[in-house]
Amino acid sequence: MNYTELSYFDVALAASLIAVNAGISIAMRLGLEQRMIIAATRMVVQLSLVGLVLKALFAAASPWFTALAMVVMVAFAGREAMARQERKFTGYWSYGIGTGSMMTAAMIVTGFALATQLHADPWYDPRYAIPVLGMILGNTMNGVSLGLDRLLNTVQRDRNAIEARLMLGEDIATAMRGAVRESLRAGLIPTINSMSAAGLVSLPGMMTGQILAGVEPGEAVKYQILIIFLIAGGTALGLFTAVTLAKHRLSDTRHRLRLDTLVSS
Amino acid sequence: MLEIRQLRRAGSEPSAPPLIKATDLAIGRSECVAVSGPSGAGKSLLMRAIADLDPNHGEITLDGVPRDSMPAPEWRRQVVYQPAEPGWWADVAAEHFAKSNSVEDLVAAFGLPLDILASPVSRLSTGERQRLALVRTLILTPRVMLLDEPTSGLDPDSVDRVEGVLRQRLDAGAAMVIVTHDAEQAARLAGRLYRMADGELLAAGEVAP
Repeated sequence: MNYTELSYFDVALAASLIAVNAGISIAMRLGLEQRMIIAATRMVVQLSLVGLVLKALFAAASPWFTALAMVVMVAFAGREAMARQERKFTGYWSYGIGTGSMMTAAMIVTGFALATQLHADPWYDPRYAIPVLGMILGNTMNGVSLGLDRLLNTVQRDRNAIEARLMLGEDIATAMRGAVRESLRAGLIPTINSMSAAGLVSLPGMMTGQILAGVEPGEAVKYQILIIFLIAGGTALGLFTAVTLAKHRLSDTRHRLRLDTLVSS
Repeated sequence: MLEIRQLRRAGSEPSAPPLIKATDLAIGRSECVAVSGPSGAGKSLLMRAIADLDPNHGEITLDGVPRDSMPAPEWRRQVVYQPAEPGWWADVAAEHFAKSNSVEDLVAAFGLPLDILASPVSRLSTGERQRLALVRTLILTPRVMLLDEPTSGLDPDSVDRVEGVLRQRLDAGAAMVIVTHDAEQAARLAGRLYRMADGELLAAGEVAP
């Protein structure tokens, strides 16, 4: 592969664009310059650290360290998904449902990709496992948090309508069907939108990166398509798991709507 | 027919007072019981507990058959609770009803035009919605009706029509609990009067110990 290796000077040169941003902020009195500098610094520090971690992980090529890194990634994704919820379940459920479903979905899809298409050898080779998991996790997290957010808001908003059906002797699955459908839709639509826009409106970041790194475009495209399918699969699986778990948590064996499982707002 | 023994609902926290204190109540065939009391006293919560819509404790039987021995939806089809503000899950009124002649008969009996079924629920008045909700309840021919202020938004003529239909159901053997703030309505329909205060069901004239 031939690619232009970046020197630290090249990177620093690009950082001067942030100075332009800060200049605009000062000139227009946006008051954003400090936050922008902090965010840019955070980005540089965080990514550099990740680079170091990945370097160490690749060198170690140990299944245990790889597994540990994966667990940490899932845990962070779970936290982030929870932070995006407007309404929350009480106790550990709030964290558990999102994290559990993302972990299940991301692990299954990553395992599937590593074992079949990517032919990683050994299968836990962190060079494959970590980036693939990262991409799947990031998108699954989006779908799961959108879906859960929509479900919890909808059952709260439509409480009277859902309970009206229960009062007339319908079962909880029928009574909640509308809310469940709405939340699954909300979680899946971003994936569908990004698939239809891929290539026309946006050049996916991974593909761009591979092309810049000297990979032949046809190969990079194949990789990108694979990843998008994995993302779509992971999102659907994680979303469905999360919404199903949440639906069970919101009801009980006597077919009641249990809004008391949510933190009262 | 409906026997309630030691029905209670705990407070939201272990230290909080119970939302419903242990309640005993027996209602026979063709019998109507009226419940009054200030808002927040627990009238609706008591009805919800009987219909098993919230977690509760106690024993309830219908003709000797325990509530817990049947699936909750089956129980709720026989013991129907209609809240003061009934919910609607579809846009058009007709979508809330199984197609049957008894729907149209009831709509007419309540003095509503038949084409009201084709209207969007959001365009109906409170009184129209209330009567349609009652149609929805009555087509299930429940054994027990738990009605929460079923005529609060109605003019006197409509109240008469509704009470007429309810009386027919009572005569046909149904039992009824009606929450009403209207003492005259209670006297017209009910054989026994109760008052709810601080989660406790008291017979009329009874004073909390």
